[in-house]
Amino acid sequence: MSDLAIDVEGLTKRFGARTVVDNVSLKIPAGEVWGFLGPNGSGKTTTIRMLCGLLKPDGGHGTCLGLDILTQAEAIKRQVGYMTQRFSFYEDLTVRENLDFVARLYALPNRREQVERTMQRVGLSDRRSQLAGSLSGGWKQRLALAACMMHAPKLLLLDEPTAGVDPQARREFWEQIHALAREGVTVLVSTHYMDEAERCDRIAYIAYGKLLAVGTVEEVVAGARLSTWVATGPGRDKIATMLAKAPGIGTAVFGPSLHVSSADPAALRRAIEPLMGDPHVTWRETTASLEDVFIHLIQDATVAQAKEAQDRAA
Amino acid sequence: MLASLARVVAVTLKEMIQLKRDRFTFGMILGIPVMQLLLFGYAINADPKQLPTALVSRDPGQVERSIVGALERSGYFRVVAQVTGEPEVERLIAAGDVAFVVTIPDGFTRDLLKGERAQILIEADATDPAATSNAVAALNQLPRSALRHDLPALATEPAFDVVIHRRYNPEGLTAYNIVPGLLGVILTMTMVLMTSLAVTRETERGTMENLLAMPLRPAEVMAGKILPYIVIGYAQVGVVLVAARYLFAVPMLGSLGLLTLALLAFLLANLAVGLTFSAIARNQLQAMQMTFFFFLPSMLLSGFMFPFRGMPGWAQGIGEVLPLTHFLRIVRGILLKGNGAIEIWPEVWPLLAFAAIAWTVAILRYRRTLD
Ligand SMILES: Nc1ncnc2c1ncn2[C@@H]1O[C@H](COP(=O)(O)OP(=O)(O)OP(=O)(O)O)[C@@H](O)[C@H]1O
Ligand SMILES: [Mg+2]
Repeated sequence: MSDLAIDVEGLTKRFGARTVVDNVSLKIPAGEVWGFLGPNGSGKTTTIRMLCGLLKPDGGHGTCLGLDILTQAEAIKRQVGYMTQRFSFYEDLTVRENLDFVARLYALPNRREQVERTMQRVGLSDRRSQLAGSLSGGWKQRLALAACMMHAPKLLLLDEPTAGVDPQARREFWEQIHALAREGVTVLVSTHYMDEAERCDRIAYIAYGKLLAVGTVEEVVAGARLSTWVATGPGRDKIATMLAKAPGIGTAVFGPSLHVSSADPAALRRAIEPLMGDPHVTWRETTASLEDVFIHLIQDATVAQAKEAQDRAA
Repeated sequence: MLASLARVVAVTLKEMIQLKRDRFTFGMILGIPVMQLLLFGYAINADPKQLPTALVSRDPGQVERSIVGALERSGYFRVVAQVTGEPEVERLIAAGDVAFVVTIPDGFTRDLLKGERAQILIEADATDPAATSNAVAALNQLPRSALRHDLPALATEPAFDVVIHRRYNPEGLTAYNIVPGLLGVILTMTMVLMTSLAVTRETERGTMENLLAMPLRPAEVMAGKILPYIVIGYAQVGVVLVAARYLFAVPMLGSLGLLTLALLAFLLANLAVGLTFSAIARNQLQAMQMTFFFFLPSMLLSGFMFPFRGMPGWAQGIGEVLPLTHFLRIVRGILLKGNGAIEIWPEVWPLLAFAAIAWTVAILRYRRTLD
């Protein structure tokens, strides 16, 4: 087995005529924590499902933990922990019964004890006899997470595990993820949170089914070659509206300030120079943040997608 | 192998807990047999007497009075109308005002005395055979009892024939047919419905994604899911058989052990149908509709509702394919005729063949991915 936990080439998935995942290749070394980012409907869930054998790819090939994703799905399932985006444990079973079911399926030794320990670790002991369906959203997430980690998988595929989870629990979750990574567990986690992306060893960014950027946060930011200016002051919302239509320019509000970025520094200057006279706003140049880069990537991808659709229609 | 068994057990336990929590379904599983038994049981248990009878007498006199007297003494007949014309007879029986029409033909006394083929005609409304069959059976005694007092010389041997026309339902099912048949009907209904819902429910609630992501083979999921229903199936059998024995006094001549074995083949056939439906259906509503699509022909073409031999060839052809048809013959054979393994084998192997094919389809159609 190579030291790549995930090694896939050209993964493609079509639903009807729509290509939802388009030629995605990923090489994730064992023991790393990767963030999987991208706008809604970009194909994150679909990609993850192909990795653990839940969907058959229409193209591409590769391995998970050295096992072929096309032919050895069953062996992969034994060693992978997959947390679904939508809660998919049994709402009419209690917390303990759900965990017990999973423990039985994986034939865990000392089942009872394991279940007890898991409940204690994630703070579900008090709710052991509560029906899973009556848990609050965040507690459901914690239950699902605990359940998919119980069999000590070597690879964790987590689809938005922290959606709806409070900050304290999120911090505990990430501490746990890093502790697991130190033990050699590989993690691919999809998220929409920038702060979580920055906690990852590497990130992969996908839009319209195409992988647009892969690397450490610094690499991804540097790779975009963005020129970014910050406008601070009460006039920032007006500026945001004015620049909304400008081609190739992305805007993002951060607290009291507005980030304006573009891959073309000259064009950016031309666009903002007339606005610099506004006395209610102060301007300064800065380095792009990850969010600036993502906004830029999605804008570019949207333009490219529209052009592609036009070409196809013509 | 052992691990595989452990996974089957895991699924079974999970199903049982879910079933236990689902009060409505659970109630239905036990309620259906009880309700059906009570509904159908009424028709069986009632041995209706004093059935309204019309008399068409074309030969009034002493003999006529003797016959009417004998009819009424049997307890089953009560003459409510004296009619003369054919149209009137038709109207009465079609409207259900009378269950029987007794016709004593012109010159009956003369023929009787001359010893010449004297006949009376009895037309029975057999649309509800359970209601009239005992009365019809009582007619066998009629020639003897009618003449015993008044014309004892003629009463020694059947002096005249009773010609019985069963109207509307020529075969006339007997009452005992129904309770054993009900066993098959109830099992078909609940087994197919429950299993088809058990898998579709997972798809509909989204739990299928998790189930598929875990190391479970299709056969393990299926086995785990049907085991509870086999237990439930046998529980239903117990309820029906106890009721059949103690409420309706249905004879049980054959071996109950043999019946238990034959039941397994029947249960497996139905469970496989349910699993096949669940693999095809996208949601619980579709699964339910498919179940009824299977249940209706089972009910109508198996010989439960209508006599099998009375059906046209094509209907018999369809009927021969259905598990219920064979099971009805098995259960009636064992309980009522005391059939043994050799006699029922011709009906058991079609069940096994059906089960094997349905299982193959179910396993092939089972979704291994979310595609
Ligand atoms: N079973 C399916 N049939 C048809 N289309 C599907 C199916 N599953 C997903 N899609 C489509 O594929 C696209 C990608 O969906 P996917 O769930 O992978 O996105 P995602 O990146 O996970 O989005 P989100 O961030 O909202 O979870 C969407 O446009 C979705 O509508
Ligand atoms: Mg998703």
